[in-house]
Amino acid sequence: MTCESPPLPARKRPAGPLPKIVLAQAEPIAPSVRVVLGVPKLDGALGGGLAAARLHEFWPAQAEDMPSAAAFALLLALKAAGPMGAIVWIEQQARQGQLYPPGLAELGIDPARILFVDAPDEKSLLRAAGDVVRSPAPGAAVIAPAGPARLLDLTASRRLTLFAEGSGTTAILLRSADPQAPSAATTRWRVSAAPSRMLEANAPGPPAFTLDLVRQRGGPPSYGWQLEWDRDRARFAPLSRDLAADAGGEYLAVG
Amino acid sequence: MLAENIWRLGNPKTSSICEEGLPVVFVEKLNNAMRLTALSRAAIALGLTPDLTLADARARVPELVALDRDHGDEARLLARIVAGCVRYTPMAAAEPPDGAILDITGCAHGFGGEEGLKADLARRLEASGITAFCALGDTPEQARALTRFGHKSKNLLDLPVEAIEADPAVTLALRRAGLKRIGDLASRPRKMLAARFGDLAIRLGRVLGEQDRHISPERPLSPVFALRRFAEPIARIEDALACLEDLGRDAAQTLLERHQGGRRFIARFFRSDGAIVGVEIGTGRPTRDPALLIRLFRERVDALSDPIDPGFGFDMIRLDVGQCEALTARQDDHLAPSRHEEDLAELVDRLSVRLGARRVHRAQPENSHIPECAASPCAPSRLPVWESAPEGEPPMRPLRLFDPPQPVGAVMSEVPDGPPMRFTWRGKTYGVTRWEGPERIAAEWWRRRDRGGRPRDYYRVEDEAGHRFWLFRHGLHEAGGTPPDWYVHGLFA
Repeated sequence: MTCESPPLPARKRPAGPLPKIVLAQAEPIAPSVRVVLGVPKLDGALGGGLAAARLHEFWPAQAEDMPSAAAFALLLALKAAGPMGAIVWIEQQARQGQLYPPGLAELGIDPARILFVDAPDEKSLLRAAGDVVRSPAPGAAVIAPAGPARLLDLTASRRLTLFAEGSGTTAILLRSADPQAPSAATTRWRVSAAPSRMLEANAPGPPAFTLDLVRQRGGPPSYGWQLEWDRDRARFAPLSRDLAADAGGEYLAVG
Repeated sequence: MLAENIWRLGNPKTSSICEEGLPVVFVEKLNNAMRLTALSRAAIALGLTPDLTLADARARVPELVALDRDHGDEARLLARIVAGCVRYTPMAAAEPPDGAILDITGCAHGFGGEEGLKADLARRLEASGITAFCALGDTPEQARALTRFGHKSKNLLDLPVEAIEADPAVTLALRRAGLKRIGDLASRPRKMLAARFGDLAIRLGRVLGEQDRHISPERPLSPVFALRRFAEPIARIEDALACLEDLGRDAAQTLLERHQGGRRFIARFFRSDGAIVGVEIGTGRPTRDPALLIRLFRERVDALSDPIDPGFGFDMIRLDVGQCEALTARQDDHLAPSRHEEDLAELVDRLSVRLGARRVHRAQPENSHIPECAASPCAPSRLPVWESAPEGEPPMRPLRLFDPPQPVGAVMSEVPDGPPMRFTWRGKTYGVTRWEGPERIAAEWWRRRDRGGRPRDYYRVEDEAGHRFWLFRHGLHEAGGTPPDWYVHGLFA
């Protein structure tokens, strides 16, 4: 007695060429490439660090926090780009104030590594961003639209994510305000300035940030991180106001 | 050599009048009198001549239409005609005020010989409403003489001595001596002519074709080019770009043979009505990759503010490689020939072709301690060297800089040189909790004529919420003077 099963129907290939999106999904770069921020607890909350070759989104809590958001985005781009990779800064021109190269050097970002791209309007910004993120040449790209950036919607962020997965370039979207709209970004952060550690003679200390991880793909949100940027060691450190309680007192020497 | 003498310059303003058959003259003020300097056919038919005063001409022909002569306009038209002649030869030069000269050596085979080329040129000029005489000669001067004086006889020796275009005094002396034709001069010993009339012998030699001269073309010759002519004009931009791709392949082949790559590529689309559309791209380093070229050209064409108008179609497309540099051949890796990895230079080319070269840049340090002058944009291909910041210091320079600095109001500070304790900026009041300063930056008095300029006292300040500002006081407190202004110059992270 034989048991015959009906023949399996032949697999049907959809007519016409496969859309490109399917190909891009077929072989994404493994998400195991993580950018370690240097703060174990935050890295743990992110599942081992910020995922490279993905799209991440930042916005300032208030308009005055924009420099902090820009600095945090640039510092993450610096970490994601690796020791030699180029960083492309794509900015829409309508904003007041320019990124100041000596100030970048003071943050520990070599200005020679940054390629500045000024886009005249949002459409060309988006197009340039697509080109840059799709290219495997740069290590990271920071995309800074001016205003609400309505063109940067769910579809656009999905495209940028796919491009980043295909090329290995980390894309960082720096919005000027809370978008209040869905996005395909892997992580979304709200950034504000934090009072810095006091140095000698009541001088302001190194850059300090308050971070809210508003949303992350495959993980819970977490709020209220306070970090400061340690330029000389090129890493983030938990912000501690109380100098004496600092572990090992290694930050005492900075002041 | 082909010379053309544009006898009557077409002008859109006048062409409608000419069609009505009215006599048109162009007048100029010469020696305090309005005189006719250019005439239409209808005016000549009525017996008017150049150099007549306008008053006399009006007395004879009351319905005369007189227009001011615009030499600038004529020069522009001539430049356009010369640019159009590039379709025949790259060696085209204007001979002001009313001529053009083309070196057609080796260029005539595409038009059925020299006579065919001449006929084609005459036809095109006539179609654009330009009356012109064309003649072929062995040297530029010979062609020029035949164009200007060869209406009656094509025999060089029969031309009048004016055709040599020597100094008017020399011409007059020759006429008085009874030497009226070039033939009379040609039979005389040159030594005597040189002794008596200076450069006449050289000019004569050139007109007779004994001595050649090179013309200097309007545009420098590009060493590598490719062009294609069409029997029927093509009217679709897509087809034109496809053809440009073929030309790119031809040019790449030539470049490969020369071990060179191009840095600047110019595509010219010749419209059948004479208009030329030029599109130019530049690359950061030498290249001869046709796929890259056509991608850049497409970007450029897409980014044009007014799209290319094919009109009735293009009948020729030409690709010039404007700037060549050495580029050695590189063998592809046969193990991994899979995919072309685009590198940063290509990305920069793509972005700068679309957005404009100014919008894609790097930053280089400048030797100035004035903050807004401490950095300047430079080409992306350069790699400027920046000093890293000293260890153990917080950032002393802001991440964002305002240029010009923005004024802040209601600053509360200790007089004369205390830090700001409270200030208002963009309608918000900030209370300072931490501060450092002042860092005094003097004006660059050695650059200023009055040796003046106020110093700036910079303070790094932080408010309660942690926002960090870079403020400065412009000038010093002086007894009896107005208190100095405060500005915010930058924002720290």
